[in-house]
Amino acid sequence: MTTYLAPTRDMRFVIEELAGLDRLTRLPGYEDATPDLVEAILDEAAKLAGEVLAPLNKTGDTQGVRLEAGGVFAADGFKEAYQQFVEGGWNGISGAPDYGGQGLPELVLAATVEIWNAANMSFALCPLLNAGATEALKQHGSDALKAQYLPNMVSGAWTGTMNLTEPQAGSDLSAVRAKAVPEADHYRIYGQKIFITWGDHDLADNVIHLVLARTPDAPEGVKGISLFLVPKFLVNADGSLGERNDVYCVSLEHKLGIHASPTCVMSFGDQDGAIGYLVGRENKGLAHMFTMMNEARQKVGIQGLGIADRAYQQARDYAKDRVQGRPLDQKAGDRVAIIQHPDVRRMLMTMKSQVEAMRAFAYVMAADMDLAHKHPDATERQHHQTRVDLLIPVLKGWCTELGVEITSIGIQVHGGMGYVEETGACQYLRDARVAPIYEGTTGIQAADLVGRKLAMDRGAAMAELIQEMRDVQAELTRAGSAELMAIGESLTAGVQALERATQWVLQTLGRDPNAAAAASRNYLMLTGFVCGGWQMARAALVAKAKLDTGEDPAFHGAKLVTARFYAEQILPQADALLKIVCSGDSGAPALPVDQF
Amino acid sequence: MKVLVAVKRVVDYNVKVYPKADGSGVEIANVKMSMNPFDEIAVEEAVQLKELGKATEIIAASIGVSQCQEVLRTALAMGADRAVLIETDAAPEPLVVAKLLKALVEREQPGLVILGKQAIDDDCNQTGQMLAALLGWGQGAFASKLTLGEQEIEVIREIDGGLETVALKLPAVVTADLRLNEPRYVKLPNIIKAKKKPLETLSPGDLGVVLATQMTTLKVAEPPKREAGIKVADAAELVAKLRNDAKVI
Repeated sequence: MTTYLAPTRDMRFVIEELAGLDRLTRLPGYEDATPDLVEAILDEAAKLAGEVLAPLNKTGDTQGVRLEAGGVFAADGFKEAYQQFVEGGWNGISGAPDYGGQGLPELVLAATVEIWNAANMSFALCPLLNAGATEALKQHGSDALKAQYLPNMVSGAWTGTMNLTEPQAGSDLSAVRAKAVPEADHYRIYGQKIFITWGDHDLADNVIHLVLARTPDAPEGVKGISLFLVPKFLVNADGSLGERNDVYCVSLEHKLGIHASPTCVMSFGDQDGAIGYLVGRENKGLAHMFTMMNEARQKVGIQGLGIADRAYQQARDYAKDRVQGRPLDQKAGDRVAIIQHPDVRRMLMTMKSQVEAMRAFAYVMAADMDLAHKHPDATERQHHQTRVDLLIPVLKGWCTELGVEITSIGIQVHGGMGYVEETGACQYLRDARVAPIYEGTTGIQAADLVGRKLAMDRGAAMAELIQEMRDVQAELTRAGSAELMAIGESLTAGVQALERATQWVLQTLGRDPNAAAAASRNYLMLTGFVCGGWQMARAALVAKAKLDTGEDPAFHGAKLVTARFYAEQILPQADALLKIVCSGDSGAPALPVDQF
Repeated sequence: MKVLVAVKRVVDYNVKVYPKADGSGVEIANVKMSMNPFDEIAVEEAVQLKELGKATEIIAASIGVSQCQEVLRTALAMGADRAVLIETDAAPEPLVVAKLLKALVEREQPGLVILGKQAIDDDCNQTGQMLAALLGWGQGAFASKLTLGEQEIEVIREIDGGLETVALKLPAVVTADLRLNEPRYVKLPNIIKAKKKPLETLSPGDLGVVLATQMTTLKVAEPPKREAGIKVADAAELVAKLRNDAKVI
């Protein structure tokens, strides 16, 4: 069994120095979120994750979930662990205090989301989807619906799901066919939904499905989709659970990874129709659903980070332990641990530097979300919201793609032992592989970034971001240290690549939308690498200043080396990606389909 | 009944410690620190006594640098009602700690004092016993079960040969062993509430105790590395080596 120790030192560094916790404690409602409180919270979350959730990761993978007459049952230990999680108040960490949440910043939530996902991704998916459903209900539900459902969803006593996909309606939700027929004060829902994560289970007393369906007179396409709340058990007026609703899990998918997370085929209304309640306005379902999609996309991005860090921790421990061969310049003497070999060290640094870059990028964005929600000044709120809107697809796409790459490197560090299940290194790759797919594939994120976010404001938000990066670049050049200057040079090249690629995309969008679409995924990755470089450069500036005052030299020294590695060995990928982006579709559309 | 619990801030049990280069001690700068695990068990026991309605108030006390407030906040989050930090930059040895706690006991008048049986940094295993002696109270060290009555407390102690049950007149001092209970995971709302619970800071002088040291640390070094073994050809050679080289038979 492998252990997981949450990297709370680096988390605190990012939270305090890069995401700027002090900016958040000045916001109304966040006054209590001081560094000492955040540290205490991270320490306790780390304990629960390391001692309770992480040990269930491998057993959950081996055992999987089962569908029986009574419904879906999670792997051994999951129910008890979930109860501990809920009783500990962790589900409601950033939930609204009006509904029993703790009202802590998104920034703190982001760190705990990383911790749960690194410890046990299958487990963490349940609260992850619940959070999205809770948010959609909170923003669009009627007061009566909110009063009846939100407190239990915020506490985690009930869990929420997202029911979007149907066999013919995946990335293209305009093809949704599920029906909603009005009846008295509610609707009857009919249809089948697939890929419903934690769609049914025994961890909680009730499961609250948020379902996309069409009313009888709804227009065709996306403009005719409405959002409904369909509980597994109907809720009586006094809040107690009533009759079983007509919604059932009819089968479970067999998957590459996340075996302990049930992926359900859900059937609505096989008997007399599942009772559902309209959330928000009729025919506005997709827009309402996007509330929870954005929420979920941000968290899935963090999932990529979490699983990558777990793989890194295991590879690092293995590399320190596994003795094999001698250093290049020694023919005799003791054999050494493989961490002493240059190529293994390169792999570990490739993992470590990107994990830290993703963490910085993700947490800074979480702080932007807090500022977008709570800043007293409307212009500031808008500024941060624009940033979040621009970068959510990048966070989701880039971090989950890196999640796959880094977990794969984790296996490579182990050599043959990584390819056998016994060491546990395989599971991280198998689990990580779904993250670039669900909640919108990387291709969908790239289309969102290029076709919507860039196109809508003609690159204004991106230009603003690039300017902020340039300010950091200038600071590095002024710093007068050789190390920082080298990092600054690399950042300059990266930012330039981002700027030129952005220009190309903006120019191409109108002229040749297909070429822009073909380039969009690589443009997204380029943006991700440069955003990572920007945050690692900021980290380097802080680390250097702290080193000069003699504060925690081991940590800050390592941060500086890591930032330099990222600048010199990761960030230059932006140059190659620029070239690829500017090649558009490279004539691929002309290739006859029968040549494939 | 008031219960006083003593908690110590130590290097986290996950951290691999190493001696400082000058041999003056163990490196603790920038090392993760947390509550001594045996003290967590002590706090948990006190909280359980309160939940059973047998304790009315739990006071957590710590002695040391200002950052000891963090472990006191953890104790408060676990369920202690208030905390006292006796702040000093010195690293007081067990007898001094016991004297400070005695002074605190005289001020607070608890009916029961619970401590961890030892701290995982120095492994002294002395403070509880010394405190009982200084107070003239009964002691139940290495407790694996407590039953608290009105006038008496029954303590099942873990001793070398098995278990020993003793009955102590109250007030008394108990030290917690590993099996006394399993400390709870702290709940998030309680971490937030703990921030607002009272935490008082005193100096040793406030309690009229002088920090005298009776021990001098000469040097802290890593234990010698274990050397590689050798293979023997047969039993006769093994016996010869045990007799002549190791001189153990």
